[in-house]
Amino acid sequence: MNVPTMAEMMAQGKQPEVLFWVGAAGSYDDRAKKISRAFVKILHQANVDFAILGTEESSTGDAAKRAGNEFLFQMQAIMNIEVLNGYEVKKIVTCDPHSFNTLKNEYPELGGVYDVFHHTQFIQNLIAEGRLKIDDNTLQGKRVTFHDPCYLGRANEVYESPRDLIRRLGVNLTEMKRHKRTALCCGAGGAQMFKDAEAGDKEVNILRTEDALETKPEIIATGCPYCNTMMTDGIKFKEKEDSVIVKDIAELIAEANKL
Amino acid sequence: MQYLPNILFFIALLAGVGFFVMNIRKLTRNIKLGKNVNRTDNPSLRFKNMLKIALGQYKMVRRPISGILHVVVYVGFIIINIEVLEIVVDGLLGTHRVFQGFLGDAFYGFLIGTFEILAALVFVSVIVFWTRRNLANIKRFLSREMKGWPKMDGNLILYFEMVLMTLFLVMNATDPAFQQAGVGNPISQFLAPLFDGFSTETIHAVERTAWWIHILGILVFLNYLYYSKHLHILLAFPNTYYANLKPKGQFNNLASVTNEVKLMMDSSADPYAAPAEGEEEPIPEKFGASEVTDLNWVQLMNAYTCTECGRCTSACPANLTGKKLSPRKIMMDTRDRLEEVGRNIDANGGTFKDDGKQLLNDYITPEELWACTSCNACVEECPVSIDPLSIIMDMRRYLVMEQSAAPQELNMMMTNVENNGAPWQYNQQDRLNWTKEV
Repeated sequence: MNVPTMAEMMAQGKQPEVLFWVGAAGSYDDRAKKISRAFVKILHQANVDFAILGTEESSTGDAAKRAGNEFLFQMQAIMNIEVLNGYEVKKIVTCDPHSFNTLKNEYPELGGVYDVFHHTQFIQNLIAEGRLKIDDNTLQGKRVTFHDPCYLGRANEVYESPRDLIRRLGVNLTEMKRHKRTALCCGAGGAQMFKDAEAGDKEVNILRTEDALETKPEIIATGCPYCNTMMTDGIKFKEKEDSVIVKDIAELIAEANKL
Repeated sequence: MQYLPNILFFIALLAGVGFFVMNIRKLTRNIKLGKNVNRTDNPSLRFKNMLKIALGQYKMVRRPISGILHVVVYVGFIIINIEVLEIVVDGLLGTHRVFQGFLGDAFYGFLIGTFEILAALVFVSVIVFWTRRNLANIKRFLSREMKGWPKMDGNLILYFEMVLMTLFLVMNATDPAFQQAGVGNPISQFLAPLFDGFSTETIHAVERTAWWIHILGILVFLNYLYYSKHLHILLAFPNTYYANLKPKGQFNNLASVTNEVKLMMDSSADPYAAPAEGEEEPIPEKFGASEVTDLNWVQLMNAYTCTECGRCTSACPANLTGKKLSPRKIMMDTRDRLEEVGRNIDANGGTFKDDGKQLLNDYITPEELWACTSCNACVEECPVSIDPLSIIMDMRRYLVMEQSAAPQELNMMMTNVENNGAPWQYNQQDRLNWTKEV
């Protein structure tokens, strides 16, 4: 898969149109890596001139900040900003709403000012500019429900971009009872991904999976690698993995366009 | 002696308003114990938010049943208070229904008639509220933080309103001239027959008693506010005005940390540099919050504004799955501790004397703080723009940066971020592997 890095681009004296911020999950997590690859296929199809930081990318510091470690966050931020500004990056796209939120909202004050897009927004723009079309035949009629990632939805009020893309797939989008601003968290945010939950009577991802299953979906669509993990685990717990599949919107588009 | 009622009224009014002003002073003093935060930007948007959210009740009606009933009580409360103006003038001047004269019978009748209908609607709504709180098994009213005083407080407010509305209607029903005029008594005309058998003197005495208890009740209720969750009727306005305008996902970057990080990364800075001659070594700022005085004044105002409705808690993923965290409790604890600190200051001649307690551990436990997913559901839900999440985050910052007291797994995550640039233990050089796999 051809994924140029900023270093390679620079060596050739080129400046790409957009930087794809892959994020730690997108780089290392086996499930999330598939999302990264699906998104790259879409970028290729739309002839987007992009690059990644590769080994020069480091954690945005989101999880550290939400865990309360402001020091570590700011060290990560300042380090990343130095790299990004060194490459004169102007535009960033990412499949991770946590990176999206941190880069977009928390970096500017520390000297990193970029135009930051969630991949659903970016793909929406590609369609608007006539650079990409979504085939609405492949998945036509499938029952899909969309789980709003907190850091995309409530945190940044991006509710329509992912839904617009899902509708373009020709599928049957059925909303959960709790959706958009009332959507329930998957349970991973605020650094919960990396620790066991406190004592309670249920895991958050199970409750959210039950919300999703109420819509009798064939596909649970997400726009966040962490939500994806939590919902996938929830489906396994409910022993529904034969009938329900959890997919990122980028994967659905790649599948629809047979990429 | 004929001026005795006027004088008594004046004294009651003065005492009621005076005591209220004294408590409001205490309230603002306590709020100002918070750290500074600048919320003066974009005044036009702030004003619009206040009109929309506080005055317009825009977020209340998202839950239609409680929302619409609340609008009824709220509108009733505000409009019926115009009548209080007349009562105050009557009380001071010894007049009776002084507005009737210059408003004209028809318009005056229309006004009082509207008040009567509102009073009846408020009464009915309050009965429904009481039923919801006490009989309907609504989960958010049964949480553990709602036991004892908070439950009693909620009910007392409802009783107050029931009594005040009843007195207003009785006072109209026992005013023979007003009943005879027959305008403005759409509700009280049905109460008037109850007093048919009584002598004129008795009816007059009932009317006077209702009138006096009504106005004294209002003064008592005014002063009850400070001791109750009901302060939201006043604080909702500044609270929505000074609320955070930034995207909810944007957490503040601690400036004190920025300074240290920049110093750390600046190769020309001398880490062992002694302060210049005559210059005091600055006391390093405490990172995060373990006490109410570490929070900012908006967070403290939030705490006083909270009316314990529990919409936040009923949307909290941690609470919904049985964890101890309840955003409402975070606000109540902050307020209770702030009150305690305020009383301590009053008792010790204006300075706080260490009482061996603090907000962290004595009120809010780490277990609650670590259960938060930072999903912003509580912030989104609050009908008066309270931000419980910012307090949770500031307290986590204290736990991590001052006490290194994060859960073990989070320490591992942070070590990984520090060493490998990722929350997992992967080699930085493997960051590109995903591009080579199929």
